[in-house]
Amino acid sequence: MFDRIREKLNILADAAKYDVSCSSSGGTRKNTNKGLGDSHASGICHTYTEDGRCVSLLKILLTNHCIYDCLFCVSRKSNDVKRAAFTVDEVVELTMNFYRRNYIEGLFLSSGIFKNADFTMERLLLVVKKLRLEQNYNGYIHLKTIPGASDELIKEAGLYADRMSINLEMPTEAGLKLLAPEKNHGEVIKPLAFVQQQISQFTADKKLIKHVPTFVPAGQSTQMVIGATPESDKDIMYTANTFYKNFSLKRVYYSGYVPISNDTRMPILGTQPPLLRENRLYQTDWLMRFYGFKVQEILNDANPNLDIDIDPKLSWAIRNMQHFPVDINTADYKMILRIPGIGVMSAQKIVQARKFGKLRIDQLKKIGVAYNRAKHFIVCLDSPYQLKDYQGTQIKAFILAESQSKYLKTDNNQMILF
Amino acid sequence: MTYIFDGTFQGLLTAVFEWFERKPGKVVLKSTSIFQPEAFVESFTVNTNAEKADRVWAGLQNKLKKDWQRKYYCTYLSEIPEAYNHVFQFTIYIFQNQLGAESNYGNPHVIALAKYAKSVEREKHRMEAFIRFQKTGDGIFYANIDPDFNVLPLISSHFKNRYADQPWVIYDLKRKYGLHYNLTSVEEITISFSNGADKQNLAPVLMDEREALYTTLWKDYFKSANIVARKNTKLHLQHVPKRYWKYLTEKVPI
Repeated sequence: MFDRIREKLNILADAAKYDVSCSSSGGTRKNTNKGLGDSHASGICHTYTEDGRCVSLLKILLTNHCIYDCLFCVSRKSNDVKRAAFTVDEVVELTMNFYRRNYIEGLFLSSGIFKNADFTMERLLLVVKKLRLEQNYNGYIHLKTIPGASDELIKEAGLYADRMSINLEMPTEAGLKLLAPEKNHGEVIKPLAFVQQQISQFTADKKLIKHVPTFVPAGQSTQMVIGATPESDKDIMYTANTFYKNFSLKRVYYSGYVPISNDTRMPILGTQPPLLRENRLYQTDWLMRFYGFKVQEILNDANPNLDIDIDPKLSWAIRNMQHFPVDINTADYKMILRIPGIGVMSAQKIVQARKFGKLRIDQLKKIGVAYNRAKHFIVCLDSPYQLKDYQGTQIKAFILAESQSKYLKTDNNQMILF
Repeated sequence: MTYIFDGTFQGLLTAVFEWFERKPGKVVLKSTSIFQPEAFVESFTVNTNAEKADRVWAGLQNKLKKDWQRKYYCTYLSEIPEAYNHVFQFTIYIFQNQLGAESNYGNPHVIALAKYAKSVEREKHRMEAFIRFQKTGDGIFYANIDPDFNVLPLISSHFKNRYADQPWVIYDLKRKYGLHYNLTSVEEITISFSNGADKQNLAPVLMDEREALYTTLWKDYFKSANIVARKNTKLHLQHVPKRYWKYLTEKVPI
């Protein structure tokens, strides 16, 4: 018994780990019934794996049996791996006992498709209902929407889950067709749209009637695999942008492809996952969501891919030197946000602090501005007088010369003599 | 001039009261535990007085919004000697200026409080994440901690709300006190460990019979969730510094 549950957990946790979403934020479920758990609006990462990723949820598949044969997936039908399946009670027990020991914030439940979509969705629904109704569990639940499941099942699941998600898998329809001929983006869009429409329906009702049950309070998210097919960064981010806009997604995740197959259509086994590229895509994502950038400003036909050696914010600034230098003491908040080396927190502090007097360099440093980076783009009370206007490329060279990338192991600016 | 206070929150507030009563000019506040008499500096010992402290706190509540009251208290909980002085100077600055003076991030005491509060809140958040309960034979969920700052007062309500249906104990080994939740309220406790008892690791005989199973399953899960091809030890250590490992089930070797 002991060994069997260990084996199942190993197989089904291993198969679920390529889903990168691990956020436990956005839920505000209160522990009102003197039961177990509540959800923090900000989420909690309870530990981090040795690859540095957050572990917040017990992320497992209900089963890794699957009728599909998607090339990029470890659980594909044709792959020779050990198969297992949890019973509903096993998942409930594991979740409750892990939660009670403060190991996790909640459950992330996904599944391979066995028999058909509705059959699978029904099982997932059983688990969440049991947790919420029988165990008085108020912790976080992230549930996968199974593409093709009936509206009734999805709607019922939404009453118990905090977040639901469906993965786009590939950034473009063409990429998806190449690796998973049985699937298409339309299958994903339909349930995403359905859940979104339900969420706005429930929110509208809430304005009129006080006691409306919550429906997917932490919203929806999706994931794209990066680097398995030859899309450009522009393709990826434009798709992400469309999905943020059309379905009010909370998050789009970008998952660097970890080679798991010998198929010649994809990077071969042993290829390093594209970690730096993934990092740059997330930076772009953040610029879109928190810094007021339009995706077209960062990626366009002239610049279809993100720079590898510098981050997208610096890259934008260097291409648009006509906006700089910015006067810290007079510029509006939106422009201050666009200065490389100044983040959201620093920008807010600057705007508050300058009401009490013009700001100096030492104050900016204390506030948390990365001054060595920002100094090329700003003027403050005691900025040194500069005779010469530097070109964007020169500034880039200055910044690269004094910064150390965590990814690039060799220094590109070093001249090679021999 | 140096003001010496007893290290309590009330003592700190009393010191502010005394300063405004005497107006001695520039003063540095130190706690008794770190005070060393200096030859040419006068010193004054503050007698903690609940009434005076309450008056200062009431005054601060009129001056500061909830978020800054919390930053103020968090900075005190950091137990850092320089932080006490910053809180002291900050209080004087706040009382001597118009409403809203706390958003002047150009002021050294304002930025200091914002920084100390951030460190303390981070430690509080870490404790909410890193505390690992072990279920004992009598059904109590027990956890040891030794946080960098005195965060027990800050985490109490989080655990009370979350684990409303299980009795638990969180014990701060460094500060020798803990919290006990008995299904209705949280109380402060001290435990007198018998001589030679291993405080850090509870003896297996005291454990619930299923505890070993869940410990193993959690360790297994932690291993399975890792993607070897993406190994990034630097990032891992940044998020989970080594000093926390001794209480983390998944990091404790079997």
